Amino acid sequence: MHELYGLLTGPLAWAAFFVFIGGSLYRLATMLILVHKKEKFIFTYMSWKYSFRSIFHWIIPFATTNWKKHPVLTIVTFAFHICLFLTPLFLLAHIVLWDEAWHISWWSLPDSLADMMTLVVVGACVFYLIRRISLPEVQYVTSASDYVILLIVAAPFVTGFIAYHQWLNYPLFLNLHILSGEIMLVAIPFTRLSHMIFSPFTRAYMGSEFGAVRHAKDW
Amino acid sequence: MTEAAKKETPKGLDQGIEVGASSLTGEKIEGVIKSVLDNETGARLKTYVDTCIHCGLCSEACHYYLSHDNDPRYSPVGKVKQTMWEMLRKKGKVSPEFIKKAAVISHTECNLCKRCAMYCPFGIDIAYIMSVVRRIIHRLGVTPLYIQDTAHSHAVTMNQMWVKGDEWPDTLQWQEEEAQDEIPCLRIPLDKEGADIMYSVIAPEPKFQAQLIYQAAVIMDVAGVNWTMPSGIGWDNSDMAMFTGDNELMGRIKRTHYETASRLKVKRIVMGECGHAFRSVYDMGNRWLGWREPPIPIVHAIDFYYELIKSGKIKIAKKYDQPVTLHDPCNVVRGGGLHEKARYVIRAICEELIEMHPNREHNYCCAAGGGVINCGPPYKMTRVHGNKIKAEQLFAAKAKGAKTLVTPCHNCHSGLEDIVHHYEVGLGLKFISDILYEVMEKP
Repeated sequence: MHELYGLLTGPLAWAAFFVFIGGSLYRLATMLILVHKKEKFIFTYMSWKYSFRSIFHWIIPFATTNWKKHPVLTIVTFAFHICLFLTPLFLLAHIVLWDEAWHISWWSLPDSLADMMTLVVVGACVFYLIRRISLPEVQYVTSASDYVILLIVAAPFVTGFIAYHQWLNYPLFLNLHILSGEIMLVAIPFTRLSHMIFSPFTRAYMGSEFGAVRHAKDW
Repeated sequence: MTEAAKKETPKGLDQGIEVGASSLTGEKIEGVIKSVLDNETGARLKTYVDTCIHCGLCSEACHYYLSHDNDPRYSPVGKVKQTMWEMLRKKGKVSPEFIKKAAVISHTECNLCKRCAMYCPFGIDIAYIMSVVRRIIHRLGVTPLYIQDTAHSHAVTMNQMWVKGDEWPDTLQWQEEEAQDEIPCLRIPLDKEGADIMYSVIAPEPKFQAQLIYQAAVIMDVAGVNWTMPSGIGWDNSDMAMFTGDNELMGRIKRTHYETASRLKVKRIVMGECGHAFRSVYDMGNRWLGWREPPIPIVHAIDFYYELIKSGKIKIAKKYDQPVTLHDPCNVVRGGGLHEKARYVIRAICEELIEMHPNREHNYCCAAGGGVINCGPPYKMTRVHGNKIKAEQLFAAKAKGAKTLVTPCHNCHSGLEDIVHHYEVGLGLKFISDILYEVMEKP
């Protein structure tokens, strides 16, 4: 278990961050090169003003018609994404690791709050799962990969929660937590989790077309 | 199956699809799909498909989905699943049966109205994906018969309705004479070089709605506009090729239109109350020809009436006294932002405007646009049943007192006529110009 821990926090962690950052940059670059090669006109229609107008509306809960139509989903989605980002970045246990390895540290969340936020992420994953299974319009367009990416996202939080509370087999769950976190990082650029990378661009492009050409709102 | 097709005449509803599909082979389908995907699409399609998280949030944007009791096959993403996802997943190895289904879905169950683009949190342009499907269908020769016929008409006559060379000026002169009974010195100036405005219409106007040309002539004359209409090709601003995915033909049509305006040295093109033509002239055709924006300013009728009324060139004698409700056409509202100007005009010419809900950018589509009504009688009920939600929306406006439904778009007009008739909504239908002509001060 100890050697595995060393492997997971050593070479595999390096590899995971490398693939995550490198892969994301690669996906971004290939998208931009493809635009340049085949749809150059997109650049000419992009507008900073309308890109941000659109992005701002969509990253504010209830600022768009569709968010208002789905209040529960909106609350869950925003809570989920906020917790998904903040919890791993500001978890004390993670910052301690950064401090030990690199002597860098920053503000951390109180553990009890981080605990709650973890539950929010896991709960939201359960909500998404139920939504996927029970809503016909979601079920109809669901494929196996949708469940897999849901699992990929939930796993680090579930295992982290178990490990933090030292339930069951602590060393095992700690390792599983690290492994699943690394899997998630690696998966982001190469699965539909890549909406993290691409959605600002698709949103910005639609915002630009609606704002500058169509003179209409897109929310 | 191909055996059977050879032995007897295909008996499908739509000869364009049936006959077209009967000569398809696996290699041909695969080749065309690969060719379109590899050579004609790029980052947009790829990023849209990779980014879509399959959340289904676009569903409620679509009138077909809402009208079919939330049947997921009619949701925007559901239609993408049944067409583009499958083509991508199988790398183009799909059957002729699949292509027939894709032709029906992309041509008759999606109006390319882009309402879903406003409901997708990522702003994925599903209408664009459907256009790519139509492009594939076009290159496979499986386009529905009626709309393909209009595209043929464009190709041969440069207008949508097989209006012959002499019929066009003849119609204009006929309307000029008619209007001279009312205003003796009225002219419809043909080919007047250096006029301020070239007025262009869609071919159905001379074909069977010539009174709209009459009304436009009266409005132009009373407002003292320095205007002209071309006597030859280039007068038709409509464009079904844009909807069949025949981009090359779309380019020819739009080039002819712009070049006619350029030859006449006009400052602007003013167009009648048509939505799809606005989309073509203002947004699509220009891009195909390499213009970021139209080479000559395009003014839709709504915008033009707004200008005439606001500047006092047209004065209102007595406002239209029946309460009206306004249908916002997708191409000029979601596609051109003319909703507030339309309301200004309506309020100026009508006593009372009763809003339907939703409205403005969020208005439900008419289910006729995007080439759907042009796919002809075989699909009339597809769009009528596919827009029950519109009837409900209209009934609600009627309950609040609306008597007349105003819609400044030809496709919307014809589509809503069918909706109003089928569901017995009991609203009268008018273009803005019908009312404007009626209520304006005339000499």
